[in-house]
Amino acid sequence: MALKSLPLHEYLSSGHRLCAGCGEGVTIRQILKSFDEPPIICNATSCLEVSTTPFPYTSWRTPWIHPAFECTGAVAAGVEAAQKALIRKGRKKKWDVVLALAGDGGTYDIGLQSLSGALERGHKFVYVCYTNDAYMNTGIQRSGATPRAAWTTTSPAGKVIPGKTEWQKDLMKIVVAHDIPYAATVSPSYPMDLQRKMKKAIQADGPSFILALTPCPRGWRTPPYLTIELGRLAVQTCMFPLYEVENGQYKITMKPKRKLPVEYYLRPQGRFRHLFTPKTRHDIINAIQAYVDKKWQEIQKLEQLTQQ
Amino acid sequence: MMARKVLALNGDEAAAYAVKQCKPDVIAAYPITPQTIIVERLSDFVADGELDAEFISAESEHSALSACIGASAMGARTYTATASQGLALMYEMLFVASSFRLPIVMSVANRALNSPLNIWNDMSDTMGARDCGWIQIYNENAQEVYDFTIQSFRIAEDHRVLLPVMVCHDGFVVSHSTEGVETLSDSEVDSFLPPRTPVYPLDVENPVTIGCVGVPEYYPEIKYQQEVATKKSIQTIKEIINEFNESFGRNYDIIEKYQMDGAEVALLTIGSASGTAKDAVDEMRAEGKPVGLLKLRLFRPLPVEDLRKALSGLKAVGVIDRHISFGSMGGALNMEVRAALYEMRERPHVMGFPAGLGGRDIRVEHFIKITEELLRIAERDVLEEDYRVVGCRGPGCIGP
Ligand SMILES: Cc1ncc(C[n+]2csc(CCOP(=O)(O)OP(=O)(O)O)c2C)c(N)n1
Ligand code: SF4
Ligand SMILES: [Mg+2]
Repeated sequence: MALKSLPLHEYLSSGHRLCAGCGEGVTIRQILKSFDEPPIICNATSCLEVSTTPFPYTSWRTPWIHPAFECTGAVAAGVEAAQKALIRKGRKKKWDVVLALAGDGGTYDIGLQSLSGALERGHKFVYVCYTNDAYMNTGIQRSGATPRAAWTTTSPAGKVIPGKTEWQKDLMKIVVAHDIPYAATVSPSYPMDLQRKMKKAIQADGPSFILALTPCPRGWRTPPYLTIELGRLAVQTCMFPLYEVENGQYKITMKPKRKLPVEYYLRPQGRFRHLFTPKTRHDIINAIQAYVDKKWQEIQKLEQLTQQ
Repeated sequence: MMARKVLALNGDEAAAYAVKQCKPDVIAAYPITPQTIIVERLSDFVADGELDAEFISAESEHSALSACIGASAMGARTYTATASQGLALMYEMLFVASSFRLPIVMSVANRALNSPLNIWNDMSDTMGARDCGWIQIYNENAQEVYDFTIQSFRIAEDHRVLLPVMVCHDGFVVSHSTEGVETLSDSEVDSFLPPRTPVYPLDVENPVTIGCVGVPEYYPEIKYQQEVATKKSIQTIKEIINEFNESFGRNYDIIEKYQMDGAEVALLTIGSASGTAKDAVDEMRAEGKPVGLLKLRLFRPLPVEDLRKALSGLKAVGVIDRHISFGSMGGALNMEVRAALYEMRERPHVMGFPAGLGGRDIRVEHFIKITEELLRIAERDVLEEDYRVVGCRGPGCIGP
């Protein structure tokens, strides 16, 4: 498989209102390239949803539904169940892939229950969570996905408290604990890795889950041209390792040749500026480095443990 | 006509049996007293192969209704059931379902809301959801539950309507009371209720975007259309009830009259309280008192014109609400009836009687006291209080 061989269709058309350099747009476009035929999309309230459907316009060339913020797992479950019943009763001809799309707010936090319920019940759908580490649509508030020390408007870098004081929730562990057939992390900076994983997710026999890191220039306080570079740095610093869990087997799909210090990822981003000015907060940067190292070792151990 | 079975069913079982005959494609629900029997029976029907449907045991009512929205948008006939806290948890999605014009049918076994925790009957749940854009039908007994569950699918899916329907019955009083219910044969139900023909389903061949952003330049027009459709549905609902009456020998209406000939004062009831109230009316009539009763079946859309017609010429009306809208004039029904009558030149006095909160029995003697109060109001031609709570120990309340 090569980039050139990806289908030419654009199920998400251009002209949408996402910011320049928005990671959501690039990533969802890539996600949709992994489909040979249009999926039925269930979208959560988020930047993606708001920016693509200002009535009377729509950017979607697929059937698309957005009922609310926290219920995407349940809506996709309903779509899947209806499809099963209608096909069984001869009122629908063919199976269409059900694709759930939700942000980190709509998945890590308010939508976690709905996702968990749907995974437990085993509905056959692909759930893609695009995380930009905060509630961007409402103006950059912290979420369970926001990394430690990041500035957001509800975890400000104040005179006393230097940004978010908690670690990021390890959503993949929660999802994997449901014993679903396939879960993986992807990045738009590694498009062929993304394609390969999406194909597996689509073919999985049951629910599958994809976690995509989608840099947000507006919320990360970064120039639009850095989006893809930041995605790469997230992987190379092991802040966002690329791996998959197939029927319980962990596999790291992108091992950095040279693991970069987290500082490479943090420094270019305005949301971490208070770690570098007025004076460098080595204490916090070191704590983040230690945490990332621990998580990286953990995932390598999981890979070893579940191989064979 | 094919032989019809009379089955011993409680209100919940009557709903479940009717739903089975309506052949839904997807059911998504979550258990809550006093509705639970419905989801249990439907699970049995699916497990025994008597009903070919996908049954989603959702992990919450919010998800149950969300799943129904997804399923209904696909074109599936879709059903759910809930009560009380469950309906409150669905609140956000109620508006979405009606705004998407999805013909979801939902049974509600009316139950009080926390706190204090109370599993018994009142209508705080559905009355609190009266502005969500759903049609609301209230039933007095298991027979009505059965008949109107079937009609609800017809109403909801009618292309002139396309709105979700709450088909309500009082918790325990109806949900758990067994009566003989005359059921229709499967083929009778089939002939009355053809398969659903969805208008704009989610379809890869014909992609639609459902649930877009509506800016102020468009939002009012969208809501206006919804309002027009909801108001217009009254006519279609009447037609469908008439067709049901004619096909199956029933005699239903959206407002039903009892002993109204020569009545000067009347009780206006909703739901199962109507039965006890009728006994009180009989007693008063036996004493020669000009008392009658009107039972409101359809609360949303509110049949304003029919209410005006039914109440005109009376001297006083007592509206029996099964909930309190805190800090106003008793219950919602009282307020809306008063509002409906306000512009009539000759209008009766209207007094509210929120009664039977949290399952407190409303007995015949309560209704007798209410009608005596109404007769006093009629005689003196003055109304001194907007409402009085019934079945409560408190200053100014009527009876414990
Ligand atoms: C029940 C509910 N609470 C709050 C909101 C407001 N809201 C809309 S989008 C959003 C944040 C979305 O964040 P995320 O899921 O991370 O998506 P992003 O905008 O970052 O792409 C919030 C809080 C809402 N729509 N519904
Ligand atoms: S705020 Fe961020 S996520 Fe939202 S559109 Fe802009 S760049 Fe994309
Ligand atoms: Mg986000």
